[in-house]
Amino acid sequence: MNPAPFQPEVLVVDDEVQIRRLLRVTLEGAGFRVRDAENGELGLVEAATKRPDAIILDLGLPGLPGIEVLRQLREWSRLPVLILSVRGQEADKIEALDAGADDYLSKPFGGGELLARLRAMLRRVQTREEESVASFGDVEIDFARRVVTKAGVNVKLTPKEYGLLRLLVLHRGRVITHRQILRELWGPKAEEQTQYLRVYMAHLRQKLEDDPNQPKFFRTESGIGYRFGE
Amino acid sequence: MTDPTRPDPDALLASIRRSEARDVRGRLKVFFGMAPGVGKTYAMLEAARKAHAEGMDVVVALVETHGREETQRLLEGLPVVPRKVIAYHGTQLGELDLEAVLARRPRLVVVDELAHTNAAGSRHVKRWQDVEELLAAGIDVFTTLNVQHLESRADTVRQITGVAVRETIPDSMIEAADEIQLVDLTPAQLRERLNEGKVYMGDRAAAAADNFFKASNLTALRELALRLTAERVDKQLRELREDRQVSAIWRSGERLLVAVGSSPFSTRLIRWTRRMAYALDAPWIAVNVETTTALAPEERKILEENLALARELNAEIIVVPDRDVAGTLVRIAQQHNVSQIVIGKSRRSPVLDFLCGGSLADRLIRRSGQIDVYVVPAGPRTARSRWGEWTVTSASQPREYVTALLTVLGMTMAGLAVQGWTGYTAISLFYLTAVVLLGLFVGQGPILLASTLSALAWNFLFIPPIFTFRIDKLEDGLMFGIFFVIALVTGRLTGRLRAQERDQRQREQRATALYQLTRAIAAARSADEVLRNAAARVQELFGARLAIFTADPAQPGRLLLHPAATYVANEKEQGVATWAFRNHKAAGRFTDTLPAAEGFYLPLLAGENCVGAMGVKPPAEGTLPAGQRGLLESFATQIALALDRERLRATEAAARISQESEKLHRTLLDGVSHELKTPLTVIASAAENLPDGPLVAEVRTATQRLQRLVNNLLDMTRLESGTLRLRRDWCDPADLINAARDATADAWRGRTVRTELPAGLPLVRADAGLIQQALANLIHNACVHTPPAAAITLSAGADEAAHQIWMAVADNGPGLRVEQQGRLFEKFFRGDPGRAGGLGLGLSIARGFAEAHGGRVEADNQPGGGARFTLFLPLERPATVPPE
Repeated sequence: MNPAPFQPEVLVVDDEVQIRRLLRVTLEGAGFRVRDAENGELGLVEAATKRPDAIILDLGLPGLPGIEVLRQLREWSRLPVLILSVRGQEADKIEALDAGADDYLSKPFGGGELLARLRAMLRRVQTREEESVASFGDVEIDFARRVVTKAGVNVKLTPKEYGLLRLLVLHRGRVITHRQILRELWGPKAEEQTQYLRVYMAHLRQKLEDDPNQPKFFRTESGIGYRFGE
Repeated sequence: MTDPTRPDPDALLASIRRSEARDVRGRLKVFFGMAPGVGKTYAMLEAARKAHAEGMDVVVALVETHGREETQRLLEGLPVVPRKVIAYHGTQLGELDLEAVLARRPRLVVVDELAHTNAAGSRHVKRWQDVEELLAAGIDVFTTLNVQHLESRADTVRQITGVAVRETIPDSMIEAADEIQLVDLTPAQLRERLNEGKVYMGDRAAAAADNFFKASNLTALRELALRLTAERVDKQLRELREDRQVSAIWRSGERLLVAVGSSPFSTRLIRWTRRMAYALDAPWIAVNVETTTALAPEERKILEENLALARELNAEIIVVPDRDVAGTLVRIAQQHNVSQIVIGKSRRSPVLDFLCGGSLADRLIRRSGQIDVYVVPAGPRTARSRWGEWTVTSASQPREYVTALLTVLGMTMAGLAVQGWTGYTAISLFYLTAVVLLGLFVGQGPILLASTLSALAWNFLFIPPIFTFRIDKLEDGLMFGIFFVIALVTGRLTGRLRAQERDQRQREQRATALYQLTRAIAAARSADEVLRNAAARVQELFGARLAIFTADPAQPGRLLLHPAATYVANEKEQGVATWAFRNHKAAGRFTDTLPAAEGFYLPLLAGENCVGAMGVKPPAEGTLPAGQRGLLESFATQIALALDRERLRATEAAARISQESEKLHRTLLDGVSHELKTPLTVIASAAENLPDGPLVAEVRTATQRLQRLVNNLLDMTRLESGTLRLRRDWCDPADLINAARDATADAWRGRTVRTELPAGLPLVRADAGLIQQALANLIHNACVHTPPAAAITLSAGADEAAHQIWMAVADNGPGLRVEQQGRLFEKFFRGDPGRAGGLGLGLSIARGFAEAHGGRVEADNQPGGGARFTLFLPLERPATVPPE
């Protein structure tokens, strides 16, 4: 007899009952088990007692705000968290991502997109071990030897370009904020210097994308950061 | 504790200030010489010609050629501003036309003879003040000056040549000069020129001139001029060192203190200290210790002149009342970290000094500790009889003399009546009582009169032999003598007590006045009330009327007369007030600037910020005593601070209100936005999960349309409410265009969309979300208004010359109709009313977002057909990316 298929459990924290029902239908239809909580306090209790595999958290919660729920959660857990938010609240999204959220989705969202994000998040958790080789398109990266090739041809990258590439590829499918990248590569003093990123990203696209003006892999999340994905 | 390589922060700051001051002010170059006739004007004109030949805008405002031909020749070809002709006692005087030069605004102006005194009716009393104003207006000035005209050297020159110098300029003027060129000639050469008649002597008698130009005098003057120039070079070198931060030497940290009294000799003391302070590059303080001894009016006048001189020479002025002069000087010196005290040599007799516990110098040296004490000898003793002090110490009314006379007469009557019982000796006590009592009410003159009269009357009427002034008995003579002395001394003592009391009262009044004003201002709840209270106080205390002007918020540099004024200033007076306001200096009556004005005008300075001006119109003729002026200045400061406080309070309140309303607005908008979007999200997500079918497709299209509408309405509301907050970031224009294209994929699906993005586009500092939305609106607009087959082209580029970056959305559809073009971006304007759907908000939102960034959106038709919408944003240069 086959073992029961792995059914990840998702905790939905949202104050709108309609959204909770919608998410339940969508997620259960895709084979997830679903728990929900209508406010932040209950969400934290559920997360601590039931240990779900992922959390979908609405930023606009009444009472304890979503960002606070996230901060308290991050004090003891590395559970993947997907943020729900409305368009135009870029600052809130960045704050949440910097506070440790794994990804975000703007309302209104499509069910397909939601599931794709959720699965990407869970996959990353399952494959935690360090990759030594990565590839996308016709580009291959050997992290151990620090060698990057495109269509078999060696590509020369500066240390900063290589650092940026490595950071993005290691967080494949996930959005990384400007601030996170800048702090990682240039140190905490350079957190506001987004022009550095634009310049280096242009170099990277020039060297690795087939059409640098229509990037396929190094995608810009307007006003928030970058996402590497295929 | 000290690291010798560390630059002194104060010095650094001073050097920054110096260079800042240099940037806005005009540069002053002084052609400096030891005496008339060395060729300063000639050198100055040569330099001016050179500047003119180099293409500089040079104007000659005033040059005295004194009929010298070679000088006259130099003037040819230089533009000249004609002099202003002022009628003065029947003669016509040509003065510097300050207004004309200021209006002409040349780069460089030539003004001869800096120390000149202007004819009455000019704006300023002295020409150096005119020059000061030219410099403040940013105009460079060339001028000439002889060493004898320097305030601090005037005394020395008088000692050398015996000629008193009347026209002097403050030393700060020459210190502020950016360049000093010494025009030097040996005394022999100068005398030769004099003999050849090449030196203009003015109207001075030939003999006096000859005396002035004696070889010995000239040598001394030359040394003075050379030394001054050398000192300056030394100082400049020091400043240069500070600028370059190579200073290995610590600043000396010297600070001088000079004791200033009511003696005319104090001027010499002040100038001496000033010279020393300059040489040491040290700040200095002038201290007057007001002892309880009442000052005679002429002494008070001299004291005020002395303090004014010290102030003009840039000293800090401290006036303290205390009986212990030496102790007070040491205390102030210690409080202010003074390293050297300068006092004058006592002219009192050694015996008196001994009785008083030693001379001031002795007492000072005993207590001064680490502080150096300099004792500077006095000049020649000025004849001043002690007798004079008795007579003119206070201006007594004739009424008081009559009172004294009548009292003595009354006492005599009483004495005559009672002498039968008392004998003639007791009568003297009657007289004494009368003199002492008189001292309480009348001045010293009447007391002197009463003492003398009663002594004479007693002798004549009571001491035998009566009806003669003769005294036979020795004891009577003694008694008469003693009586006279006692009467004089007691009278004087009571008189002095009274004067002290009066002084004390005045001081107290001053303090009370200031206290009352401060309290009245503090109690005021608005700027208007502050001014009304202040006007009432000034009227009450000085009997003067007050006009207050506040800075006009609409027109910088202009003043508004506040309604709280108790006199209406005419246009001319307002001009004086404006001058005081703009130049941050007192002007009008009692000052050297526009002294013909009716009122005295003070700028209202709150720190660096000038918030207005205050005019005081005294009730009658008279002078403005230093105490009164100081009090008015304190008033002005208090009023200015209060006004500034009110201004800050108003600004803060306005900011708070707008913050509150913004918060309210945001809460409301967020609420509405949440309520609209939640159901939409549910519908959209649910529709996506339904199996595909024709009805489901309709639901999805309708949902998208509704979403767009809600977003547009919310965007418009944000724009109109003024609560739009830009989160600017450096963005890649290509990213913005790609993101906008991806976001509108539903709208253009099935069409050809081309992107033409040149490599190496500069970054743009913008709120990515908003610009992306603006571009999306433009793309959407293009899709709606063109046939489905029309292609859309997205492009971007930079226009370096116009400092802008552009992003365009073009189509090959029918293009725009002429009548549409002007109204395209209006709210609710729809290009094609026949077409169903759409509110007509998209374009006006796009324009709103662009304008919020300081950019714009333009619409035109392309040469090859089709419409084109271009979004322009200002081009900024990001900070360079550090190399790896």
